[in-house]
Amino acid sequence: MELNAVLEMVAQSDPGMVRSNNEDSVMASAACGLAVLADGMGGYNAGEVASGMATTLLGAELEKAFVARAPDARDASGKSWVHAALEAEIARANGAIYQAAQSQPQYAGMGTTLVACVFHDNKLTVAHIGDSRLYRLRGEVFEQITRDHSLLQEQIDSGMLTREQARHSQNRNLVTRAVGIDAEVLPEIHDYEVLPGDIYLLCSDGLNDMVEDDEIGMTLGMLSANLELCAEQLIQMANDNGGRDNVSVILVKVKGAYPAAQGWWRRLLAWFK
Amino acid sequence: MAKLILSIEGATLKEIPLTKGRTTIGRKPQNDIQIDNLAISGEHAVLALVGNDVFLEDMNSTNGTFVNGQQVKKHLLQNGDSIELGKYSLKYVSEAAQHAPGADFEKTMILRPGAMPHVSPTTTPAASASAHEATSAGMMAQTAARATAPTPAAATPLGVIQILSGGNAGKQLELVKTLTTLGKPGVQVAVIARRPHGYFITHVEGASFPVVNGQMIGTQAHQLNDHAIIELAGIKMEFFLKS
Repeated sequence: MELNAVLEMVAQSDPGMVRSNNEDSVMASAACGLAVLADGMGGYNAGEVASGMATTLLGAELEKAFVARAPDARDASGKSWVHAALEAEIARANGAIYQAAQSQPQYAGMGTTLVACVFHDNKLTVAHIGDSRLYRLRGEVFEQITRDHSLLQEQIDSGMLTREQARHSQNRNLVTRAVGIDAEVLPEIHDYEVLPGDIYLLCSDGLNDMVEDDEIGMTLGMLSANLELCAEQLIQMANDNGGRDNVSVILVKVKGAYPAAQGWWRRLLAWFK
Repeated sequence: MAKLILSIEGATLKEIPLTKGRTTIGRKPQNDIQIDNLAISGEHAVLALVGNDVFLEDMNSTNGTFVNGQQVKKHLLQNGDSIELGKYSLKYVSEAAQHAPGADFEKTMILRPGAMPHVSPTTTPAASASAHEATSAGMMAQTAARATAPTPAAATPLGVIQILSGGNAGKQLELVKTLTTLGKPGVQVAVIARRPHGYFITHVEGASFPVVNGQMIGTQAHQLNDHAIIELAGIKMEFFLKS
C-alpha cells in the first residue's frame, strides 16, 4: 500500500501583505503520510529559524522513525510507536531550538507553534502545540479538530468570553504553549479515524485570523478537485482581507483507504522489529 | 495605553488614561473617575484590564450603564465605543488606535504562566489588581491592531451570470459569495472569485479550459470585464456587473 497513491498533499506558505519576511514553515510528504506546519516567533528573524528547525528536524526524524518501525507497532507497555516517536522527536526538536535560543543572543526567546500529522492505518495521529490549527472537512461538515493553546481559548473555555467577543479581543495570538521556549514542552496528541473523502487543513493563524471558518470550509468544499488552486485561493482570501500575518496552509485529501499490513505474520513481524 | 475622553453634552471635559488593572467610576470620591452628579450611583461601573482588552462592567447602578445606546452589564470595549452614564459620556480610545500605522500587527507571542491574573467569570471587587503589573511586564506588549472581522467585498459592484444557451438559458445567477463554482464536477469546473478589485475566473478541473470572449484562458486567474462571454462545459453565459 503506497501512501502517496491514496493521499494527496499540497503545502503553501506566503509572507502576507504586511510582513517583510515569512516566519512560517511547512513540510508535507504524501509518501510518508507526514505533514508538519510551524509558525515561529521571536525578535528579528528568529521566528524563521525556530519554525524552520521544527519542520526540518521533525520531518526528517519522523520519517526515519517510521521506516525503522511501523507507526502502529506497540512497545511492551502497549504504547503505540507513533505516539512514542512524536513525543520523542518533538522533545528533541524542542531541545535543539531551546539550546540555539540560549546560545545566541539574537535568537533569545525564539519559539514556534507546531501541528504535526501522521497518516497511518486509516487513522490520523496529530500532535499540536500553540494556536496553529488542524481542520477537517468530512462531507458537508467542516470543523476545527485541534483546540488552541491560547489565552483566548482559555477565556472562552472558562466562560469569560463568548466566541463573538473573542473575535474582537486585542489579546489575539497569545499562546500558552510553544516549542523552544522552555527546556521541556508538552504536546497534545490525539488519534482520529479517517474516512476516504476527508480533506484535512493544517494552517497558521494568518489564515483563520483573516478568513472566517465558514469561508474556509466553503473553499475546501468547492475546490477539493484542485488542491493547489484551493491552497492558492485560501492564501489569496487571507491577503485580500488584509494579510496582516504570514499565512500557511497544508491540504491533505484522502482518496481511499490505507490500512496497515493486515496479515497475521506481518503483525507478528511488526511486534518484533 | 488606552484612554477615555469624558464629555457632557458634546463638550469635552478631560482625558483619562487607563493605567490601573481596575478603574472605578462613580459619584463617591474614592472612585478613580469621580463624576459628581446625582444620576450617577456611588459605585456605578468598573473598567477591568485583561491583557490588551478592557472590559466595562456595571456595578448594579440605579440608572444603568450604556454603550452606544445599549444597556450593558459586562461589555468588551471596542475602539470608539461611547459609554453613557447619565448625561456624561466616556469615549473609549484603544491603545492600538493611538499607535502609528506600520506597527507590527498580529504577532504571536508566548504568554507565561503567572503573567496574567486569573480573572473569574464574575468579576468581584477582590479580583487581583496585578493586571497592571502584568501588562507593564511587557509580556503582552504588542501593538496588535484591532483584528476587524474580514470585510466582505461590499465595495465591488455585484457580478451576475446570465445563462445564454442550454436548458437553463435565461436564468441569472448573482455572484454574491466570495466563490462560485460553475460547470459539471468531474467534467469541467471553473470558479469565479469575488475579490476587492473585481471578479476573476479560474479553471478548477477538466481536460479543457474555460473560454472567455473567444479565447481559452490559461491556468492563471483571468479578470472578468463587464459583458464578458464565458463558454464552459458546452454552455454559453454572459458575465455583467449590476449597477
